[in-house]
Amino acid sequence: MRRVVVTGLGMVSPLACGVDETWSRLLEGQSGAGPITKFDASHLATTYACEVPLGDGSGGTFNPDDWMAPKDRRKVDDFILYGMAAAEQAVTDAGWTPEDEADRLRTGVMIGSGIGGLSSIADTAVLLKEKGPRRVSPFFIPGSLINLISGQVSIRYGFKGPNHAVVTACSTGAHAIGDAARLIQWGDAEVMIAGGAEAAICEIGIAGFNACKALSTKRPDDPQKASRPYDADRDGFVMGEGAGVVVLEEYEHAKARGAKIYAEVLGYGLSGDAYHITAPSEDGDGGFRSMQAALERAGVDPKDIDYINAHGTSTMADTIELGAVERLMGDAASGATMSSTKSSIGHLLGAAGAVEAIFCILAIRDQVAPPTINLDNPAVEPVLDLAPNAKRARKIDVALSNSFGFGGTNASLVLGKVSD
Amino acid sequence: MSDIADRVKKIVVEHLSVEEEKVTENASFIDDLGADSLDTVELVMAFEEEFGIEIPDDAAETIQTFGDAVKFIKEAS
Repeated sequence: MRRVVVTGLGMVSPLACGVDETWSRLLEGQSGAGPITKFDASHLATTYACEVPLGDGSGGTFNPDDWMAPKDRRKVDDFILYGMAAAEQAVTDAGWTPEDEADRLRTGVMIGSGIGGLSSIADTAVLLKEKGPRRVSPFFIPGSLINLISGQVSIRYGFKGPNHAVVTACSTGAHAIGDAARLIQWGDAEVMIAGGAEAAICEIGIAGFNACKALSTKRPDDPQKASRPYDADRDGFVMGEGAGVVVLEEYEHAKARGAKIYAEVLGYGLSGDAYHITAPSEDGDGGFRSMQAALERAGVDPKDIDYINAHGTSTMADTIELGAVERLMGDAASGATMSSTKSSIGHLLGAAGAVEAIFCILAIRDQVAPPTINLDNPAVEPVLDLAPNAKRARKIDVALSNSFGFGGTNASLVLGKVSD
Repeated sequence: MSDIADRVKKIVVEHLSVEEEKVTENASFIDDLGADSLDTVELVMAFEEEFGIEIPDDAAETIQTFGDAVKFIKEAS
């Protein structure tokens, strides 16, 4: 089987625009949460979220002008803007901007989103109602469709290989990386730009997740304490936004061009809960089977797993996942560290799996596990080290990343140090 | 230049992000100002909004240049 490695990383997160800018703040235990500023949220049950920090581009702020010309930006929803920014960072980091047609034909894109242009759809529906169909922009549909990040990236760089997009709610980013890696393994492409993006912090997005009783509502006065996975006082997830994109490459291809290789995609597992539209089963069976499949594909044993980036959203489901992971790890559980970085950046929905896979890759690179912040009083006594409130310097050769989505869709990735 | 021409030019400059000097009488939206077919649909919508007129699809197809737009709007308003 052809091997797949990661040669480029890109990220827009609530902590910062940029991979290293986000990573250093994550390790420091910073929170990206705050009152919602994108719109007036005062009438909603939840008034806070983890928004991407806007600015002039300095100090880790996100400047839209740096990533898309104003003329083009006007035509796309923010999820596409974030995706384009992360893709450009990843492609630049990988140094893969081929001018040669053969190389372009062998490079594909698979960047998905959980919900896509939600805010654009809501705004356009209001416009349609108020002003009629003739005022609907010709850019509304191509600016809202989920596969349009993949389309835009292919147009920008001339990547003519497989062009695809995943839509599996909060598992999107992980599924995209796993599926794209398989396309390389099967020989459909040599290089894939893969990941996820989301921009659902809008009135209809918050109102919708509030209606599902999924969001934290209790901490308007202290939003930075609201995302607290595994803590007894957690009361729902805090919505985040942003994008994570990686460049995946066939191992020999990467070696031949002297690319910087971050890590190898060792394994990928998928499963379905067949249980409930928004809740996992009490025994965490779906997540368990997803992890099990990923380990089997990777050919690694539970004792080989050093770090786990949990799905851990700061909801009641945290302890279900914890139980499934400890069951999977067995006697090896006490030797592994698991953290939920959603404690710092909130839940990026369709971008979460990609952003968190990048955190696993950086954990392997720097031999440090990011912390689970706000974990003051664990809801259950864990066997695993949950890195409460402080990063954990330790050996990390192999990492596992979990993503579980509404509908009962689960994805797990095993990432590891590259060995010859 | 007439008030209508100024207002049309402002819309074209904003929507297509082009320099004002390039928006001349015979400048074609597609060939000279970098618009694609969707941009021209949006431009026509912006003209309709600005001038409170309706530009039917068959008429919109005849508006290829800045001059065409100004002429049509002058006659329609």
